[in-house]
Amino acid sequence: MRKKHSFGVVCEFQSAAILMKAATGLRDAGFTKFETYSPFPVHGMDDAMGLKHSKLGWIVLCGGITGLSGALLLQWWTSAVDYKLTISGKPFFSYQAFVPVSFECMVLFSAFCAVFGMLALNGLPKLYHPVFKYSRYHNATSHTFLISIDKNDPLYKEQETALLLQQLGGENLEVVED
Amino acid sequence: MSSHVINYDLDPSKRVPLVAGNNDFKSVTDIICAPVEQPAPSWWWIATAASGSVLLLLLSMLGYLFWEGIGIWGLNNPVAWGFDIVNLVFWVGIGHAGTLISAILFLFRQKWRTSINRFSEAMTLFAVICALIFPAVHTGRPWVDYFLLPIPNSMAIWPNFRSPLLWDLFAFTTYFTVSLLFWYVGLIPDLATLRDRAKTKTRKVVYGLFALGWRGANRHWQNYEKAYMILAALAAPLVLSVHSIVSFDFATSQLPGWHTTIFPPYFVAGAVFSGFAMVISLMVIARELFGMKDLVTMYHLECMNKVILATGSIVGYAYGMEFFVAWYSGNEYEAFAFINRAFGPYAWAYWIMISCNVISPQFFWFKKLRTSIPVMFIISIFVNIGMWFERFVIVMTLHRDFLPSSWGYFRPTWVDLSTLVGSFGLFFTLFLLFLKFLPMVAMAEVKGVMPAANPHLGHHGEGH
Repeated sequence: MRKKHSFGVVCEFQSAAILMKAATGLRDAGFTKFETYSPFPVHGMDDAMGLKHSKLGWIVLCGGITGLSGALLLQWWTSAVDYKLTISGKPFFSYQAFVPVSFECMVLFSAFCAVFGMLALNGLPKLYHPVFKYSRYHNATSHTFLISIDKNDPLYKEQETALLLQQLGGENLEVVED
Repeated sequence: MSSHVINYDLDPSKRVPLVAGNNDFKSVTDIICAPVEQPAPSWWWIATAASGSVLLLLLSMLGYLFWEGIGIWGLNNPVAWGFDIVNLVFWVGIGHAGTLISAILFLFRQKWRTSINRFSEAMTLFAVICALIFPAVHTGRPWVDYFLLPIPNSMAIWPNFRSPLLWDLFAFTTYFTVSLLFWYVGLIPDLATLRDRAKTKTRKVVYGLFALGWRGANRHWQNYEKAYMILAALAAPLVLSVHSIVSFDFATSQLPGWHTTIFPPYFVAGAVFSGFAMVISLMVIARELFGMKDLVTMYHLECMNKVILATGSIVGYAYGMEFFVAWYSGNEYEAFAFINRAFGPYAWAYWIMISCNVISPQFFWFKKLRTSIPVMFIISIFVNIGMWFERFVIVMTLHRDFLPSSWGYFRPTWVDLSTLVGSFGLFFTLFLLFLKFLPMVAMAEVKGVMPAANPHLGHHGEGH
């Protein structure tokens, strides 16, 4: 656990364009355990950081299938098996009439999976993170951009990494300890 | 800048700017956070006190209803559906604009939505809360509402899944839940901004808890944007389904004037129409009072007015088509239902509906009128009145059925009227609380559509 929380070096950038170039530079230098922080999603940053696609879509698909089949099963069981009600002589399992509820349940389950899946993939809620200790962090949700490099990155060497970040345009560099 | 800008220019810098004035990221944060961080202005206290008293009116009417039963309403035979369903359809329709703005315009990459989506999603939530009250209390016995749920109860009976009234339950609860989730997901980054700007311990803790520890990391944003896109893709068909299912309450019946296939699209268009009108009514006031004119510009308002014009024309077309089909079907009961709407005892309501919904939006054909604040405010109020009357006219189709001996006339009682007025109290109270405690414009999203957010800025010749 100790290792997980030990942190590294954090610095600030003044624009999305510089941040992007810096991230590309770090990626090309071979760093993998670095992170960029921005007040809004910067488009193209996933490629610049060399990240894989989000897996969220698959989680939502499973949720949607569960909702749809669960709702159909419920309606079939209650209307055609457990307590048959004759309504205007219609078939007990009248799938046409079951479309609205099945659709709504599919959407509901998918939406839950989208939101809670997103939070889970992001490891949230997690109210504490070492990056919050960076003295200028509070601006990063408003108007500045940050890069942090984890100590556990194989290429991490405090002096050289700091120098590299400064060359890439990083300002107000700090070494953040957990 | 010339007055005529080609807004679909491939170069975004040549389009109408979505954030006016000389604003950068910091000033956008400052503008949006100001109402949340500064002490509430005196008008806010006055408005909240006023709407809170109207909310008390609603609560006392509901208390009276639970005590006494629905005999205190003006319902009779044959008009067994009255204000409860009229108000339900009215409020849930209002909500639809919020989802349309947040989901459908997002999927169509309409970037002007960013400065109004938070506001209209809040409106959606509060309107749906107002709407849900009516089906929950319409039997006067809210303590037996659990009969609606598919849970094994003491009578060993299940809800009837072939009934549109049960579909309503699933549609509304899903709609409310998904809208809430969508709204909250949008709020997370902005709550983190408020957390990081907080000056007091309480604010830091409260906003910090709700921000869930969001840190704006790109690995967060990656999943976040995916989730947002999926939610938009889910909410878009959802919003169409909700008002379609509401219209099934009427359309699956055998009643002339209700039993028509035009109902689902016509209801959805009407819902969007009324919802956008409500956004205009609220936004015109809010942007003035909170100094947000740089963020919600005339361009935004004009876009919304164009949507009002388009959906209003669809609604007008639907009214005409209903009449045409009633005549063309050759069914005399169907024809009577429509002639009776326009010239029968409820003709006054019908013509209020026509003048508010069909005639008033047509003024928006003129650029001068659709870019005038007083004109758009007045028209938006008219549209809201008109759309309430549309639902009233549809429900009042009940008053003359097949047998003249059972014809009747519905008159709302003071309780009916007070409950309707009271529901506005609930809506505005929730809205005022939202304006005070949460950022009314989606900060992260607005920043994302500013030219400075483009990481390729300054790389001339790269072309994008």
